[in-house]
Amino acid sequence: MKPAPFAYAKPRTLKEAIALLGKHKDNAKLLAGGQSLIATLNMRLSAPTLLIDLNGLKGLDRIARKGAKVEIGALARHVDVERSDVIAQYAPLIARAMPHIGHPAIRNRGTFGGSIAFADPAAELPACLLALDGEIEITGPKGKRTVKAETFFKGLFETAIGPRDVLTAIRVPAAAKDNRYGFSELSRRHGDYAIVGLAASARTTSKGLADVRLAFFGVDATPLRARKAETALTGGTIDDKRLNAAVAALDLDPSDDVQATAAVKKHLAGVLLKRVARQLLETRT
Amino acid sequence: MKIVDDSPPVLSALDRPNSYIGRSVPRPNLARLTQGRGQYISDVVLPRMAHVAFVRSPHAHARIKKIDAAKAKKSPGVIAVVTGPEFTKVMTPWVGVLTHLKGIKSAPQYPIATERACWQGEAVCAVVARTRAEAEDGCELVEVTYEALKAVTDPETALDKATPVIHPDLGDNLCFERSLDAGAVDKAFAESDAIVETTFVFGRHTGVTNEPRAVVADWNPGEQRMTVYHGTQAPHMMQNLFAKHLALQEHQVRVLTKDVGGSFGIKVHTYADEMATVALSKLLKRPVKFVADRIESFVTDIHARDHRVKAKLGVKKDGTFTAFEIDDLTGIGPYSVYPRTSGIEANQIVNLTGGPYKCPNYRARARVVFQNKNVMCQYRAVGHPIACAVTEGLVELAAAKIGMDPLEIRRRNLIADDAYPTGSASGLKFEQLSHHEALAHLDAMMNYAGLRAEQAKLREKGIYRGIGFASFIEVTNPSAAFYGVGGARITSQDGATVKLDATGAISIHSGVTEQGQGAEAVMAQCVASAFGVPLDKVRVVTGDTDNVPYGGGTWASRAAGIGGEAAWQAGKALRQNVLAVAGSILQAKPEDLDIRGGIVVDKSTGTERLPLDELARVAYFRPDTLPPGFQAELMATRHYVPRAWPFAFTNGIQASYLEVDTDTGFVKLLKHWCVEDCGTIINPQLVDEQVRGGVVQGLGGALFEQCLYDERGQMLNGNMADYLVPMAVEMPDIEVGHVVSPTADSELGAKGAGEAGTAGAPGCVMNAINDALRPLGAKPLTDMPFTPGKILLALGRV
Repeated sequence: MKPAPFAYAKPRTLKEAIALLGKHKDNAKLLAGGQSLIATLNMRLSAPTLLIDLNGLKGLDRIARKGAKVEIGALARHVDVERSDVIAQYAPLIARAMPHIGHPAIRNRGTFGGSIAFADPAAELPACLLALDGEIEITGPKGKRTVKAETFFKGLFETAIGPRDVLTAIRVPAAAKDNRYGFSELSRRHGDYAIVGLAASARTTSKGLADVRLAFFGVDATPLRARKAETALTGGTIDDKRLNAAVAALDLDPSDDVQATAAVKKHLAGVLLKRVARQLLETRT
Repeated sequence: MKIVDDSPPVLSALDRPNSYIGRSVPRPNLARLTQGRGQYISDVVLPRMAHVAFVRSPHAHARIKKIDAAKAKKSPGVIAVVTGPEFTKVMTPWVGVLTHLKGIKSAPQYPIATERACWQGEAVCAVVARTRAEAEDGCELVEVTYEALKAVTDPETALDKATPVIHPDLGDNLCFERSLDAGAVDKAFAESDAIVETTFVFGRHTGVTNEPRAVVADWNPGEQRMTVYHGTQAPHMMQNLFAKHLALQEHQVRVLTKDVGGSFGIKVHTYADEMATVALSKLLKRPVKFVADRIESFVTDIHARDHRVKAKLGVKKDGTFTAFEIDDLTGIGPYSVYPRTSGIEANQIVNLTGGPYKCPNYRARARVVFQNKNVMCQYRAVGHPIACAVTEGLVELAAAKIGMDPLEIRRRNLIADDAYPTGSASGLKFEQLSHHEALAHLDAMMNYAGLRAEQAKLREKGIYRGIGFASFIEVTNPSAAFYGVGGARITSQDGATVKLDATGAISIHSGVTEQGQGAEAVMAQCVASAFGVPLDKVRVVTGDTDNVPYGGGTWASRAAGIGGEAAWQAGKALRQNVLAVAGSILQAKPEDLDIRGGIVVDKSTGTERLPLDELARVAYFRPDTLPPGFQAELMATRHYVPRAWPFAFTNGIQASYLEVDTDTGFVKLLKHWCVEDCGTIINPQLVDEQVRGGVVQGLGGALFEQCLYDERGQMLNGNMADYLVPMAVEMPDIEVGHVVSPTADSELGAKGAGEAGTAGAPGCVMNAINDALRPLGAKPLTDMPFTPGKILLALGRV
C-alpha cells in the first residue's frame, strides 16, 4: 500500500494551481484534505504523475453569510463547518449532517469542497447541497463560474468540474424562518458511508409543505431527488395515508452492494422518507 | 464502561504480606507503549535491509503458465525477483497435519505458489527492493500469465463427484472428518416430548490485528545464523519451524518478538509469505523485511468460523435435555494451516457442543473440506463461539417450544456445582466448574425480573427488546494433549528464570509472550509476590529464544495460568536461595526469615533485618565474607505444565439486552453482562478487559464481521471500509462479574480468561434477537452475522 511515484507541487495562488492543471491536465490530481485521494493513491487505484497540494492557498477556507446566502470556502475543514455558528444558524441541514461524516480524525483533515468535488454517491454533503438547491463555484482558466447542484453531479464520481478547474466555494440559501429540514441516514456503524440516506428541505405554509426537496444518497450514481414523493408531500395535512402514498411514489432503482441488497435499500429508503417527513413537520428551534 | 463487580482478592496461600495477586496494578510496559516508545517489528531497521513485496494471484484457482520478470528486474531499486521454483533451493515445503486428528490430510505448501495459485491473494512472485514502495513498483511490472481453473468455493458441494479435486494427489477434497456417538441418541430422541432442529450458519471472519503481520529476517553467513524479528505469539515454535524448513539446527535460529500489536490467534501460524521472507534473507545474504499491508492482511491472515451446523436437541416437558446432535461442515481453504492444522476448530465444536449440560446422549459429525479461498485456522476462542451458539441457540429454542423461562431450563440442565470432578458426553474432563453460582450471580446482577417487566411494557408501545443468554465453557491452560501428543513441536510447558541483580532488584525471563494483553504485568505480579519485592523492582523480559526459557508463548488462554505458575514457582525458589544467603550473613535460620517489600525480615515479627541491596552487595562483591563452602545462587528457574487435567476448563454465562428496530432491521445493543470463573484472579482489571475485549470480538461476529466471497472465490470486502469491525459507538456497556474456583493443579490456581467473552457473546446476541422478534412470529434467525437485511427478511418486510 505505497503509492506509485508522483511529483508534488504546492502552489501559493489559485492562478498558479490552475496553470499547473493546464500543463499536466489529467495526469495531475488536486490534494485538499486527502481523505479519499491518499487512500486511492496508496491502493494504486489512481497513479497521477503530479499532486497539486491546495493547502497553501489562502482565503479558501472561510465560512460566512453573504446576504441571502451562506458561502463555504472549498478548503473549509469539516470540523470547522461542524463547529460554525453561521452554519448552525443559517444552514442547519448541513449542521445536522456533519456528525455523520466519518470520524473526528477524518473531519479534522477532510474538506467540504473535497467531499463535493469527489462526489461519492453515498456521501452526505452532495445530497445536502442538492436538497438545499445549493450552487458550486468553479474557477478555471477563464475565471469563475457557478453551477447549480442540480446539474453539478453528473455521474459516478463525475461532476461539472473540468480538467483545468478548481472548485473554490459552495453557496446555499440562508435558512429563513419558514424553512424546514430533515436528515437521516442508516449506516451499519456510525461514521460509515450510508446504506441509504436522505437530506430534505421544505417551506412550511398555511397550506402545508411547499418547495419540498428530497435528496437521497447511497441509492444511485449521484445523489437523487425523489420528485414524485416530493409532490406527494406538497400541500395539505401529512398523515399516515399521505406518507404511505409518498413511499409508494418513490421510484428509486438502487443496486446491490456488500452491505445491502437493492430490495433492502428500497425498503430502508421508504422508512427514511417517513422519518424525515416527520422531521419536516417539526418546528425549528 | 465501568467496572461494577471487581472481585475482591481471595484469601489463600497466595496472600503473602506484599502480595500483588488479585490487584489491578498497571502494566510495566504501559508508559513505554502509550508514549509511542514501543518497538514493533515494523519499526525494526537493520543495515543493508531490503523490503519484499509479493505479486499475488488475482484468481482463486489458476495455473501459472509464465512469469516474465524482465521489466521488474530493471525497475529502480529492485534487488531481486524470485519465483516459486527458486525458493525450493533453500526451503522445504510443509504439510499441516497432526497425528491425533485421525485421518487429517493436506497437500505440501511452499513459500510461494510454484505451479498453481490456490486462492485469491496467494503469493506467486517475490520482488525484493531497497524500499517497500520500490518493491511494489516492481510488482506492477511482473507479467504473470495465468490459466484460470475452476474454483471450488462451496463446502456443500466440495465432496461431490462433479467437483474438481483441488489437490489430485489427495484423492478428494476432504481434509478431516470426525464422528462421535455417545449414549443412546436415537432412543433419547424417541423418548423426548419435543425436538427442536435447525441449521446454524457462521460467517467467515478474521482477526484484524492492530499491527499487521510483520517479519524481518537476517541471515548472517559468517555466523551461519538466522535472526528473525517476528511479530509472533509462539517464538520457540517458529524457531523450530524456520530451522526445520531451512535445514538448520535450532540453535542456528533466534526469534525475537519485540512488541506485538495484537494477535488474537492470527499470529500463531506459519504464513507462506513470512517463510518466503526468511528464505529470501538466506538466498540474498542480507536482512529482508515484510510487513503485510491491510489489503494483504484480509486475503492472507487466517480466516475462521465459516461453519454450517445442522443441530437438534430433544427435551422433556419438565425441561430435561435428552440428546444433542450436530452435523458440522466447514471449508478451510486449499491447505490445512501448518503446524496446528485447520481441523482443530471443527474438532473443538464436536468436543464442546452441549458441554455445560448433563446430557449423556450426544452424536456429532464434523467434516472439514478444501476450497479455493483464503486459509482458515485458529482464531481467538477456536470453535467456542460456534459450539456455544449452537448449544445455546438450541436451548432457547427448546425453552420457547415448551414454554419455559430460558434461565429456568438452564437451571434444570446445567451440571450441578457439587458434581465435580465430572465430564461431558464428548469425553471432556472438568475439575471444578460453577455454572449455577454464575447463573445466580448473573440473574441478580442484571435484575432479570426487572428487565422482563420492562420488556413487556415496551412491547405494548411497539418497542421490541430482547434478552438472550449463553452459558459456556472455555478451554484454557492446555497440556500436551492439545498439540504435543499429535506430534507437533509446540510445547505446553513454560518456564521462568528469575535473578537478583547487584542492587537487589530482580528480572524475570519468561517463555510466554506479550501481545498487548498484559502478560508481562501478570508475570511481574506473580514473581514480585512470590519473591517479595515491590513491582518497580521487577523487570520482565519475554520474546527472545536466545534468552528466555523454552516455552509455548501465548495461545489458548495459557499465559497467566501456565507462565504465571512458572513465574510464581521461580520467585519462590529464588526467595529460598536468597534467604539462605541472608541466613549466612545474619547468622539466622533461613526458615525464620522472609522477604517483604524488598527487605529481608524476621518472619514472625516483620522486623527489618537486611535490605536486598546490601545482601546483593555482599553476595556479589564480598563473597569472601560469607562462610567457607557457602555459594550464593541468585538465579532460579522453574517450569510448569498442567499434568492432572488435559485442560483447565473455565465456565460462565453471558446475557445480552438489545432492541430491534423492526422498521429498519437494525439492532441496538443496550447492555451486556458476563459472569465468568477463571479461578484465581491475578489482575482483576486485566481479566475484566480480556472479557470485555473478547465480548466485543464476539459481538463483531454476531452483527458485523464477515469475509464475503463470490462464487468465483473473490473476496468482496477486503478493506477496512467494507469489512465491518465492531466500533466503540455501537458497543454496549459490558458488566463483568466473577465466581472463583481455582484449579488445584497449580499453586496459583489461575485458569485462562482470554477467550470467554468471545465464546459466549455471539450466541447470546442471537438469542436476544430471537427473543425480541418472537412475538412478531419471525422465523428464528440462525445465520450470522445478523444484518439488517436478514432481520427484515425474517420479519417479512422485504
